[in-house]
Amino acid sequence: MSYYDFLFVIEVLVGGLLSGVMYSLVAIGFVLIYKTSGVLNFAQGSMVLFAALTFVSLVERGIPFALSLLITFAVMVALGFTIERTVLRPLVNRSPMTLFMATLGLSYIIEGAAQLIWGTQVHGLDLGIDDTPFEVGGILISSFDLLAAGIAAAMVAGLSAFFYWTRIGLAFRAVADDQFAALAVGLRLPRIWGTVWTAAGFVAVVAGLLWGARLGVQFSLSLIVLKALPVLVLGGFDSILGAIVGGLIIGASEKLAEVYLGPFVGGGIEGWFAYALALVVLLVRPSGLFGQKTVERV
Amino acid sequence: MAVQALDASRAPIDWQKFALPAVLIVVAYGLIPAYASSYLVEAILLPFLALSLAAVGLNLLTGYCGQLSLGSSAFMAVGAFAAYNFNLRVEGLPLAVTMILAGISAAGIGVVFGLPSLRLRGFYLAVSTLAAQFFVQWALTKFGWFSNDNPSGVISAPRMAVAGFSLDGATGRYLLSVTAVIALTALVWRLVNSATGRNFIAVRDNETAARVIGVPVLRTKLLAFAISSFIIGVAGVLWAFTYLRTVEPAGFNLDRSFQILFIIIIGGLASIRGAFLGAAFIVVFPLFLSRFGAFVFGGLFDSGVLDMSQRIVLGALIIIFLIAEPNGLSALFDRLKRRIGSRSS
Repeated sequence: MSYYDFLFVIEVLVGGLLSGVMYSLVAIGFVLIYKTSGVLNFAQGSMVLFAALTFVSLVERGIPFALSLLITFAVMVALGFTIERTVLRPLVNRSPMTLFMATLGLSYIIEGAAQLIWGTQVHGLDLGIDDTPFEVGGILISSFDLLAAGIAAAMVAGLSAFFYWTRIGLAFRAVADDQFAALAVGLRLPRIWGTVWTAAGFVAVVAGLLWGARLGVQFSLSLIVLKALPVLVLGGFDSILGAIVGGLIIGASEKLAEVYLGPFVGGGIEGWFAYALALVVLLVRPSGLFGQKTVERV
Repeated sequence: MAVQALDASRAPIDWQKFALPAVLIVVAYGLIPAYASSYLVEAILLPFLALSLAAVGLNLLTGYCGQLSLGSSAFMAVGAFAAYNFNLRVEGLPLAVTMILAGISAAGIGVVFGLPSLRLRGFYLAVSTLAAQFFVQWALTKFGWFSNDNPSGVISAPRMAVAGFSLDGATGRYLLSVTAVIALTALVWRLVNSATGRNFIAVRDNETAARVIGVPVLRTKLLAFAISSFIIGVAGVLWAFTYLRTVEPAGFNLDRSFQILFIIIIGGLASIRGAFLGAAFIVVFPLFLSRFGAFVFGGLFDSGVLDMSQRIVLGALIIIFLIAEPNGLSALFDRLKRRIGSRSS
């Protein structure tokens, strides 16, 4: 392998890792909700769409950037608490599958509502980030991806700090650890779930803005949920670290496979490669790389 | 024992048990072919039958055996494309054999994608069934052989005939569809009332407990995947050959998989009748909504608005059913029947 081939591999790898960060960004929203309530929230993708669409429509109506962001956050808070009230509370103590199917219904509602309110046309979203690639030691790196990675890192750091140093973060961890014990010491589950869905909504806003700037704000934005699922499976549903590592692995191997495996099977393999990879990992570790092992009782 | 068996055979036959199936058969083979308009057959009954059958198949896997699958339409696609290819490449293959071979192909693919279920549980499995969805759709689009090198991967239904009778008209296709649905549903009905069916339920309710009492869990799961995929595969043939007549791989996308899942949630999990009630609902509901919307909102209610409001109402219905009536339309139907029964007596 010549020096340039080597550089090319590195460039593909770095590009893959950075796009993997974008996957992690969506996956973290899932993990937050799964950890505290055991719900696999299929509606996370539609929440991303809803957040991005709300934001971009506000900006297009001439509302300043910061105010639009604030309003979008407020809307996501309202959405989080509404979901807790109308969907989760009546379904408390039901099987995880039932809850999953409810979030499937929820994703239909949010997608439909978002487009009914804001229309179905594609919106461009300019965050004022310069997307010219720059060169480091012969490798081209997209500055947008790098910034996105930085934002993701800041968000994870912020979330971790929130989890470890605030009272409500402590409550989150208690609920994640043992719902009944948390209830017994007097934590109010409904309020905590509402807050968790709000936090997931916050993640959705960040993911929505970054993905929206990349792809344009449109219906297909909600399909990134399908990109995040293999990441989750690979990392384990209940680990933020897993979501990040999973995202990096999937991003990098997907890009490498596209370049080196794709030509042999006619290309277009990015639709399923991540799933195949996740499956292989699952066969060795059925709860993902960082997921909690389940103990079986009769 | 022998005496008891003799007694049982002498016992008066419970005519009520046969009343409903008899009425259904008279309606299906007598009244509908004779009186139904071609709009009713083409736009409502044919999709209803194909979706019902797919839902019966998925219900076997998800409702009875407890393995959530998000890849049903992939197996429909396998069935449809397999039937197309068997018909194309094997000269003079009877239609029934083609359909069975298509079902077997779908069952084979189903077992392959069911293998992870031996190791994975719950959501991990559900996500891995998505692999089937994306892989099958990709393979059918990518490899021209499957669609006889049609550039866009579209397949068209061949001429269909049984024993010299052409089935290409609306009524002929309807009769083919309804016969396949009745035959397979009868088989499934037998199956779920057999020891195998009870094994399915045992695995669903508590896998570890099932293993402890000696249910062969691995074999049961794979069998559920195989039979369910077989049925969904045949449903795919019906969908492609009798309803749409021309179909491309993208027609079997994730939305179709969700649609079939919604049918069994709305109709009722682990209920054969539920699959039919749910399918009827899913087919009729958009038509109803568009008429209703046009009536109330007039010109404001264009196709875009219709599409979105359909999504919203459907999503809301799923949640309402899960909260208020987890056993679906099937349970509602039972309650209605009891109420009518208690009033008349």
